Amino acid sequence: MKRSILIVIGVAIFALVLTNILHDEVYYNLKLEELKQEYAIKPVSSVDHTKFEELQKDFESPQDVTEACIGCHTERHKEIMNSAHWNWERVAYTEGRGITAAGKKNLINNFCIGAQTNEQTCAKCHIGYGMSNDHYDFENARNVDCMVCHDNSDEYQKGSELAGYPARSVNLTTVAQHVGDPKKQNCGSCHFFGGGGNNVKHGDLDVAMLATTRDVDVHMAANGMDMSCTDCHTAENHDMKGRLYSVSSENTHRLSCDECHTSTPHFDPILNRHNAKVSCQACHIPIYAKENATKMEWKWSDAGQLQDGQPFHHEDEMGNHDYLSIKGSFKWAKNVKPEYVWFNGTANHYMLGDKIDTIPVQINTLYGSHSDADSKIIPVKVHRGDQIYDKVHNHIIQPKLYAAEKGDSAFWKDFNWDMAAEAGMRRIGLPYSGEYAFVETEMYWPVNHQVAPKDQAVSCAECHTRNEEGRLANLAGFYLPGRDFNKPLDFFGIFLFFASLGGVLLHAAIRIVVSIRKKRYNMDIIDYDKKE
Amino acid sequence: MAKMYIYKRFERFWHWSQAALIIFLAITGFEVHGTFDIFGFEQAARFHRVASWALIVLIIFAIFWHFATGEWKQYLPTTKKLKEQILYYTFGMFKGEPHPTKKTELSKMNPLQRLVYLGFKLFLVPLTILSGILYMFHKTIDANDVVVVEDIPLEGIAFWHTLGAFLLMVFLVVHVYMTTTGHTPTSNIKAMLTGYEDVEDENAKGEAKKEIENNESKS
Repeated sequence: MKRSILIVIGVAIFALVLTNILHDEVYYNLKLEELKQEYAIKPVSSVDHTKFEELQKDFESPQDVTEACIGCHTERHKEIMNSAHWNWERVAYTEGRGITAAGKKNLINNFCIGAQTNEQTCAKCHIGYGMSNDHYDFENARNVDCMVCHDNSDEYQKGSELAGYPARSVNLTTVAQHVGDPKKQNCGSCHFFGGGGNNVKHGDLDVAMLATTRDVDVHMAANGMDMSCTDCHTAENHDMKGRLYSVSSENTHRLSCDECHTSTPHFDPILNRHNAKVSCQACHIPIYAKENATKMEWKWSDAGQLQDGQPFHHEDEMGNHDYLSIKGSFKWAKNVKPEYVWFNGTANHYMLGDKIDTIPVQINTLYGSHSDADSKIIPVKVHRGDQIYDKVHNHIIQPKLYAAEKGDSAFWKDFNWDMAAEAGMRRIGLPYSGEYAFVETEMYWPVNHQVAPKDQAVSCAECHTRNEEGRLANLAGFYLPGRDFNKPLDFFGIFLFFASLGGVLLHAAIRIVVSIRKKRYNMDIIDYDKKE
Repeated sequence: MAKMYIYKRFERFWHWSQAALIIFLAITGFEVHGTFDIFGFEQAARFHRVASWALIVLIIFAIFWHFATGEWKQYLPTTKKLKEQILYYTFGMFKGEPHPTKKTELSKMNPLQRLVYLGFKLFLVPLTILSGILYMFHKTIDANDVVVVEDIPLEGIAFWHTLGAFLLMVFLVVHVYMTTTGHTPTSNIKAMLTGYEDVEDENAKGEAKKEIENNESKS
């Protein structure tokens, strides 16, 4: 009786444990439901600008619209004029460099290289009017472009090569009367098109995100939460939250998933613990550039080829330019697996005039390592290419690319690197020796958008694997279970295991042989049927 | 042929569940290690954690049992007849010589077993379990920065844990084989299953009785 009770208890415990292990409970995620409730309610404007008398007129110039805005929103322009969106630079402390002002104004990249000398066209994405050269008046509030961010009528659009002025077709009155919180379209009009085309630069910011599915982006999907950029990138007093380290340097003002999802968003504590060293993005953005391709490689050294004296272009099988005479050759890719780096939120940038000390030249350097407590593994798009540099002075050249007409030393018109380099470097006040060549460069773009549904998240074995194709196969400086092992120990351990196996087999063989010799089959060879 | 009750109920339960857990932990552990692929890394890691807690609980009970019953004295090392025991396994048993030591209720283990099992209990198991616990709690918990063992490099922890695992596997192979060296090839396993073991002759029982009597008279 006692025995059978014990057996029953034992079996019951075993069954319970087994059910617990093998059964995958589908929990109701209350945290997530609360967030969904919160963001399901879309804000409704408390005022209707069409009813405002101040806006019932034909605006002569966009500056007049700005004046009308400031007429009521009397202090807002000051906030804007403190922002990097306006100043195109931010004062920051960088390790090894000290305090510098850096931003789109003076930094370079390995796409269209840099805005300096090309302001007339680059300022299409400046939130101001008339930035056509380096003498722009950043104190003139009339030049603040309120409409580019606040137009809710889809009417507003900046003109090409107009130094930030709107296209001539824009009806300013319509726009002025239909302003409100920024929509995806407002942010996207610049941030989707960085580098001269849709999704060229970021890879995770794409026009497709205006209306997409959860498979592409769980947050912004039309069939999902349909969140706007500013739901996360909040902008109290026009102070935008979120950083991208193609231009930023400091570990401040960053936006993290934790702010909504907390630092323990999983039911599995082991997954939560990964958060100490692994960013959310690393697992939850398994691929980027899901709808449209992004540029992965840009070789300026191929630029300047002409057919019958004329520039030409060529397209790849996806319909993207893979050659442009004005820009060189490109490689595009879709559904790209990110590369992974350690990152602590601080970055350095190649500043014009810096000597080239590594090849490929690191256009930006993301700092971080496993031993640094603030560092996490983040996914990045690495954009590789080559670009013009000065062989004698050993620094990158800012060429003059844009001009309205031929004969103004601009590469895009005259296809003469020497003249473009000379004109560009003269303008920024750096020496040019007259000898140029092309040097390989790399630029790191943290991937933060296009978060996938949870069932598409990177699985454990994609990193915890000895496979050389593993996502973290090349990330050094730490011990990753499943990937790393001590080779001598494994050799020794496996040897010892098989040696002992061989040893006992040999011992058994000798016993059997000896017993056969003694003709004691019945006694010594395993005899299960033996009766007492 | 006489039967002797050697392994108590808890002892048998402990032995077999520990054996099952160690084998299961080895399979899942070496999968996590990257040696082979059976359950997939995620499941293997999950099973490994659950089984490791089960083993820890079991061992806590076993330690209590050893002290509560005084069975720990069985593991006191001795060099008496150690040489004879080694010679028996290397030469004597091929010649059909008898076991140099007799198994009794009060002395279940020969001197070689005492040494090996003591090493198993005092070195191998603690090494593997302690390194395993450090492994399990290696990461910081969350934003509250409850740092558990981050300052010890995981590489070192993993080294000792893997070493323990390999040595346990060697122990397993040799241990399983040695069970066949009893009175008959299966008598030791039968004993661990039923608790009763066939003893080689009547003397053993007599000796055991004598010893018990001796002990009783001493106390």
